[in-house]
Amino acid sequence: MSEASTPLLANRAIQFDDDAQQRESSVLGMWVFIATEVLFFGVLFVGYTVARVQFPRAFADGGARTDLLLGSIETGILLISSCLAALAVRDVRFGACRMASWLLAGTALLGVTFLVLHGIEYHAEYEEALIPGMRYHPSGHPARAMMIFFCLYYVITGFHSLHVAIGVALLSRLAWKASRGAFSSDYFAPVEVTALYWHLVDIVWIFVYPLVYLVGRSA
Amino acid sequence: MNSTDRTVPVDNYLTAGEPGLAGWLCTHDHKRIGILYAIGITFFFFLGGIAATLIRLNLIVPAGALMSAETYNKAFTFHGVVMVWFFLIPSIPATLGNFLLPLMIGARDVAFPRLNLFSWYLYVGGGLFTIGALLLGGVDTGWTFYTPFSTMFSNTHVVLAVIGVFVVGFSSILTGLNFIVTVHTMRTVGMHWFRLPLFVWALYATSLVMVLATPVLAMTLSLIALERLFGVGIFDPALGGDPLLFQHFFWFYSHPAVYIMILPAMGVASELITCGVRRRIFGYRFMAWSMMAIAVIGFMVWGHHMFVAGQSMYAGIVFSILSFVVAVPSAIKVFNWVATLHKGTIDFHAPMLYALGFVGLFMLGGLTGLFLAATALDVNLTDTYFVVAHFHYIMVGGSVMAYLGGIHYWWPKITGRLYPEGPARFAAILMFFGFNLTFFPQYLLGYLGMPRRYHAYPEPFQWLNVLSSAGASILAASYLMPLCYLGWSLWRGAAAGPNPWRATGLEWTTTSPPPVHNFPLPPVVNEGPYQYCP
Ligand code: HEM
Ligand SMILES: [Cu+2]
Repeated sequence: MSEASTPLLANRAIQFDDDAQQRESSVLGMWVFIATEVLFFGVLFVGYTVARVQFPRAFADGGARTDLLLGSIETGILLISSCLAALAVRDVRFGACRMASWLLAGTALLGVTFLVLHGIEYHAEYEEALIPGMRYHPSGHPARAMMIFFCLYYVITGFHSLHVAIGVALLSRLAWKASRGAFSSDYFAPVEVTALYWHLVDIVWIFVYPLVYLVGRSA
Repeated sequence: MNSTDRTVPVDNYLTAGEPGLAGWLCTHDHKRIGILYAIGITFFFFLGGIAATLIRLNLIVPAGALMSAETYNKAFTFHGVVMVWFFLIPSIPATLGNFLLPLMIGARDVAFPRLNLFSWYLYVGGGLFTIGALLLGGVDTGWTFYTPFSTMFSNTHVVLAVIGVFVVGFSSILTGLNFIVTVHTMRTVGMHWFRLPLFVWALYATSLVMVLATPVLAMTLSLIALERLFGVGIFDPALGGDPLLFQHFFWFYSHPAVYIMILPAMGVASELITCGVRRRIFGYRFMAWSMMAIAVIGFMVWGHHMFVAGQSMYAGIVFSILSFVVAVPSAIKVFNWVATLHKGTIDFHAPMLYALGFVGLFMLGGLTGLFLAATALDVNLTDTYFVVAHFHYIMVGGSVMAYLGGIHYWWPKITGRLYPEGPARFAAILMFFGFNLTFFPQYLLGYLGMPRRYHAYPEPFQWLNVLSSAGASILAASYLMPLCYLGWSLWRGAAAGPNPWRATGLEWTTTSPPPVHNFPLPPVVNEGPYQYCP
């Protein structure tokens, strides 16, 4: 067997010939996955666009009732967290590995903060009766169309938050592994791949933020 | 092919891997996973087949012999859902593709073996949801889940069925992702892109479609479920939502999905045909590029399913023209197969018979697609049996024929044993006749105006329906035959040796069945595929 002749590193799966091939595969895999995610969210954005073109007024009314301040803080948090994730990759990649664990933990923590702030928003909206299917008090012009706005708002932010939650779990696990010295400049693909995922989560939000929080205010 | 030796090499993936059921259910070996899929897929083909039998039995008499209208609706919905998502979409990629892709590019496994196993579990999980929906009383929306019927009016288990399809969709996404990465990063030394066998090209193109189309379906189905559960109003006209939007999303997936079903079949047919005439495939690069072209253009024609749904006239014209464009690369492929066969000495063994059957049926199905792509004709033919015949010619006549052809061709590699040629040829020929007897009358029925999805029909349509049902029973017999003689060969078949067809291709250079990691040493490639010398 050929594996017998080449020393087998603990981190390399049997099907790969060398570390470079393994790293290339996991990064490409994540890019393909990101492409699927873009289409996944793409459906929601197309749905949003179609409905908004049809009911500009109701969407403006709905948008005006979202919490601009919290939304902006959340945007800031995600941007900072993406930055920390990138620094973590840089840290392991150049073999320093001193900060990586803290940077990853910080990223995860910002993710949790994001979720908490969103929870606060949802709660306020519940009080105001803006959650279709749970507690909804019709308003806006026309009222039915504003409800579509809120449906889309919950579906979009809901799926996005699900992605954030998954990311937090992945990042926490990595932070723990990094603290035990699992990564080095030879082996950092998991950090790189997870950071890519986290950037996707961030970028999706960059589209959500103007669609949900800003358009209503422009009119 | 006349050895009578029954001893198969001992050191192979069947014997050398982990033993027992656990060894199979926890395996990371792409070959074992391929077989797990084959078992699941055969099971679902059987379930879908039972539903088809009920449908055809019901339509023997005009009043509907067997079922009430509601039961009939549930039967054809179950048939459609199972056949499309649990048989046709995974059939070739997940079984033959999983088994062969690493072998054909000289790799030890796919890039992500654990993900590969996980995909199989998703497939099974999705299947359980769908069967659950059936056991609890079924679904009556048709496999297309059109809104607003599926969201507002149907009082059946739509949510369960939708979850089933959603889950199996992720199985297909992950398989596609795995294949794309594998082809990019795991090719052995010297295996350049234009030395890839056409089956690998086909799997690659298919994977692109799987990865880029399925998420759209997944999200659309989530919206249906949310709409039913929470009254989210995106597709619901009563709330100001847009049911046409649903159809756009659905067909944005489902038209490309028909290419998920047919591209792998084209790849299989190419392998069988070159081997059967022992000549290089005519126009290798055209064959590869035309598959990529189909994958790409296939994303631009979904609107031809909506000519009568109320989209604008201009959209209809554009989609019509684009549909004619997508037929061009398919035609290129047919020409190249015919050119490969032309003046060759054809070996009419069973895989070749299946491949020829595939080409013939695919041509008839594709040509009638052109009828449907012409808006003026489609207005008359849409939602009639003409459409039913069209897509069965392509999907059942095309994909299933190619799938079975591929199973026969690679059977010696998979099992290490030869199957009996005589019964196999007989089954292939019987299948061709049974198929035409079943579905050709449906073209006529549709042309005469019999609508699809009705459980009863006017008297004059009866004789064609009786013909179709008679054909279906022949077809069923021809599907059961391979199960018998292939099963028999597992125990009694002669040992195949590494290369019983004297074919080219890396998969034939290793033992049959292959060892756990495929090749004792990574193979080196220094020429293009199909270097046959007669
Ligand atoms: C290549 C493989 C193909 C497959 C697997 C395939 C499959 C299908 C399926 C499953 C349907 C029925 C959908 C339903 O349930 O309503 C369908 C309908 C249709 N197909 Fe194809 N098809 C193929 C090729 C083509 C081509 C090449 C064309 C055009 C040039 C075409 C044009 C159409 C049209 C226009 C319809 C809609 C008919 C209607 O609903 O009125 N198809 N096809
Ligand atoms: Cu189509």
